[in-house]
Amino acid sequence: MRLLYFAWVKEKTGIAAEDVELPPGVATVGEVIGWLKTRGPEFAHAFERAEVIRAAIDQNHVRHDARIGAAREIAFFPPVTGG
Amino acid sequence: MIRVQQEDFDVAAEIARLKAGRSDIGAIVTFTGTVRDQAGAITKMTLEHYPGMTERELTRLEAEANARWPLQASLIVHRTGTLRPGDNIVLVVTASEHRDAAFDAARFLMDYLKTSAPLWKRETGPHGSHWVEAEPDDESARASWQQKRAAE
Repeated sequence: MRLLYFAWVKEKTGIAAEDVELPPGVATVGEVIGWLKTRGPEFAHAFERAEVIRAAIDQNHVRHDARIGAAREIAFFPPVTGG
Repeated sequence: MIRVQQEDFDVAAEIARLKAGRSDIGAIVTFTGTVRDQAGAITKMTLEHYPGMTERELTRLEAEANARWPLQASLIVHRTGTLRPGDNIVLVVTASEHRDAAFDAARFLMDYLKTSAPLWKRETGPHGSHWVEAEPDDESARASWQQKRAAE
C-alpha cells in the first residue's frame, strides 16, 4: 500500500511517499495512524495530535473510522489552506 | 473547467475565452484571490498540493455547483508553487442568465474549495517561514451552505 504525506506531516515524517505492508489487524485509517506512531520518533511526532490529521483514501476525503478495504493509496495531511 | 497550474492567469483573457461565440450569457462573476504581504510580514508564499486529488476535488465541486445552480459556464484555476505578494492565487468564474446564480455559485465554490481542495500554504517572511493554519471561519462558511441545502 502506498502512503503519502503532505505539508507539515511530510516535514515531520521526513518523507513524501512510501510503500508499506500494513500489519494484520489494521483495518481503518485511525488504526493506520496508530501503527504509524509506533514507527519511530519522527512518526510519533508527526501524528502526535492525530485528531487534527486529515486523510484521503484513493484521493477521496475520509474520516478516521473509514475502512481501508482495497485501498491503493492513503494520504495524510493537515487541514487544507488553499484558496 | 478546472485547471491547476504554476503559471499566472489573465482574468480578462479567461472571461473572453469563456464567452467566445456565445450570446446567451447574462451575468459573469469572477473571484480572484491574491497574496497579501500582511504589512511586510510575508515576502513569499509557497503552495503545495496533492497532484491528482486537487484536480479531482475541483472537478467534483464544479459539478456540485452546476447541479445546484443554472450555470452556463464555470471555471476554477488554482496556482501552485512559489508566489509573491500581489500575485494571483486562485480564480473562480461563473456565468449564468441572471446574476443570483452566478454570485451564489462563485461564493459556494470558494467556500468549498477552501475546506476541501488539498492545497497547503507556507508563508515566508523576514523572520522565517511557517505553514498557514486553517481558519475556523472557513469551516463555518462551508457549513452554512450545507444548512441552506438542508433548508431547501
